[in-house]
Amino acid sequence: MPTNFVLKNVQLADGSVQDIQVQDDKIVSVGSTLSADEVIDCSGLVALPGFVDLHTHLREPGFEQSETVLTGTQSAALGGFTAVHAMANTMPVADTAGVVEQVASLGKEAGYADVYPIGAVTVGLEGKQLAELGAMANSKAQVKVFSDDGKCVHDPVIMRRALEYVKAFDGVIAQHAQEPRLTEGAQMHEGAVSAELGLTGWPSVAEESIIARDVLLAEHVDSRIHICHLSTKGSVEIVRWAKARGIKVTAEVTPHHLLLTEELARSYDSVYKVNPPLRTAEDVAALREALIDGTIDIIATDHAPHPIEAKDCEWNAAAFGMLGLETAASIAQEVLIDSGKSGWNRFAQVLSQNPARIAGDSQQGQELVAGSFANIVLIDPKVKRKVVAESASKSVNSPYVGLELPGKVVHTIYRGYFTVRDSKLAKQGRS
Amino acid sequence: MKNLLSAADLTRDAAIEILDIAEEMAGVNHRDIKKLPTLRGKTVVNLFFEDSTRTRISFELAEKRLSADVINFTAKGSSVSKGESLKDTAQTLEAMGADAVVIRHSASGAAYKLAHSGWINGSIINAGDGTHEHPTQALLDAFTMRKRIHGDASVGKGLDGVKVAIVGDILHSRVARSNLILLNTLGAQVHFVAPPTLLPANPSRWNAKLHYSLDNAIDSEDLDVVMMLRIQTERMNASYFPSEREYSRIWGFNAQRLGRLKNSAIVMHPGPMNRGLEIDAISADSPQSTVLEQVTNGVSVRMAVLYALLSGERNTNAN
Repeated sequence: MPTNFVLKNVQLADGSVQDIQVQDDKIVSVGSTLSADEVIDCSGLVALPGFVDLHTHLREPGFEQSETVLTGTQSAALGGFTAVHAMANTMPVADTAGVVEQVASLGKEAGYADVYPIGAVTVGLEGKQLAELGAMANSKAQVKVFSDDGKCVHDPVIMRRALEYVKAFDGVIAQHAQEPRLTEGAQMHEGAVSAELGLTGWPSVAEESIIARDVLLAEHVDSRIHICHLSTKGSVEIVRWAKARGIKVTAEVTPHHLLLTEELARSYDSVYKVNPPLRTAEDVAALREALIDGTIDIIATDHAPHPIEAKDCEWNAAAFGMLGLETAASIAQEVLIDSGKSGWNRFAQVLSQNPARIAGDSQQGQELVAGSFANIVLIDPKVKRKVVAESASKSVNSPYVGLELPGKVVHTIYRGYFTVRDSKLAKQGRS
Repeated sequence: MKNLLSAADLTRDAAIEILDIAEEMAGVNHRDIKKLPTLRGKTVVNLFFEDSTRTRISFELAEKRLSADVINFTAKGSSVSKGESLKDTAQTLEAMGADAVVIRHSASGAAYKLAHSGWINGSIINAGDGTHEHPTQALLDAFTMRKRIHGDASVGKGLDGVKVAIVGDILHSRVARSNLILLNTLGAQVHFVAPPTLLPANPSRWNAKLHYSLDNAIDSEDLDVVMMLRIQTERMNASYFPSEREYSRIWGFNAQRLGRLKNSAIVMHPGPMNRGLEIDAISADSPQSTVLEQVTNGVSVRMAVLYALLSGERNTNAN
């Protein structure tokens, strides 16, 4: 179905108020007093390039009771995302061309966002033998990002080889930095609170030591490396040092590590159990500062759905992970905009342009200018909303339920198609 | 008070009240007919996910002496393994009308979770949750200290100014955590003595003085109480210390160290003891040892806790 509409009076990231005209899947014009078949009043809304999540667990194949590609991308659309990168820890693991092609094709079928499968670095995420990275890169899914997320590529030789090997097709390794021996049985951040609660600690050094090793490895073999879900002040300092040294490192932070702290574990409510764990207020402050000053490149959700029974139990028995797609933009707004410390340009960088660049998604994260793909999100930054448990995700493990967060995604336009309009999800995806 | 989940649930007044009720209960335990009708018609479930014969029979005896109907529910494993989940177990007990559940579980926070989940309405008593807390142990330890220090004049008293050293695996000890809280509440001064590997990485919020050397603690602190903790076998092969012999030499309690304590000082152990590892036979069996008194007092204190939580009208007179 051909489309032709104008988004009237949108506020762009630079603060100017313009109209955006969309024809089919492209932006054809940005200017004033544009007209078309349909004119949509967007006064008071901020227009940004559609968000790109570099770290999403869609759970399919294998864990469809938690999430599917369809429900996960619907949740993404409601959060303003037009692209997600699906983590490899499915069952079977996305460590072959067959699995990544299946995930990519489920994404196309769903039609709510671009779905880019992430390939496993090692066979079965076991850290022992490289998966067929070339086959995945050359498959129809054209995988560029590889990660054993959930597990750390802890063997330094395997990590070195992976970093080197993906240079052949301009890939990138996204490392889940967690020294396994230092985190055996770990349940929460190791610190004053874990001492009181008697929960086995997950020390910051277990993350920082791997990041330190891996930036040095990346320097040695002159490769790119991406650090998943940075969670500590020390990690920030290492990445800052590495960037100053010219090492090709990029880093992400999750919304929850920007907002929540270890203190929440006192409730023994496992909705706050996540890996890496919630850290201290000092870490949160360092992560926020690093996001603003550019040390951290992107926000990625680590959206990790789990069925009710995986959380409705004692802390030790509960699964790690929390939802994030539908609340990420609000937390970004709190940290970057409402704090008065940054602006919408940075917002667009960390949620759209930078993740697209890191992953090599050429059709995402484009400027809102004529000729770009019409991946656009419109936010009403003035609304305050109380987070409710209901969402498009199949799971309900959101740590934000009951919290009041700023901002609301009003429209999400994915290649010219409204996946979300007036904050309501489209009944069907883009065909 | 509905539940006893943590020693932090107890104010100073509430703690002293329970200790005072326990004095009354100790009187009952010295009678020919060691039984009160207080909990007649109440059902108490001992829900043990972890083996602990000592704690279970102590609670069971306390419950029976108060005439409660007692059910022992031993559920090996947890929802991690193939077993029934904590939630299903709790809901089953609720459906059967349990008035109180005494829970022992390997997961820290399990008792708290049970009490705050909405799965069950009865009172919850924490009989040890993972490496978190064991509040009735702290109460029986406090009772024992008070009795040794104040004798028949114990009623109404706290432990003000009493210097207590707790020695051993502090990091993994629920006994240490509950004792720290309760002893602080009662005015005692807490000293933790352990190798650095068996202390938390960040004990900054603990109101306790830390020592790496047992000898220094003994020689410099004029201790009233030395409480030795059990070294679990699983710590021995995990590089927390080089060998049992070295541990025993540096942090074990023995006759020579006993001789350097003042005569009125007592030696405690929550049991079961590893004789020859954290404590030697001479000090374990010396008149200054309270190991068996702790067991006896455990029944009285648990009776007092059950009474305080379950008897309809709160009344400090147990008779």
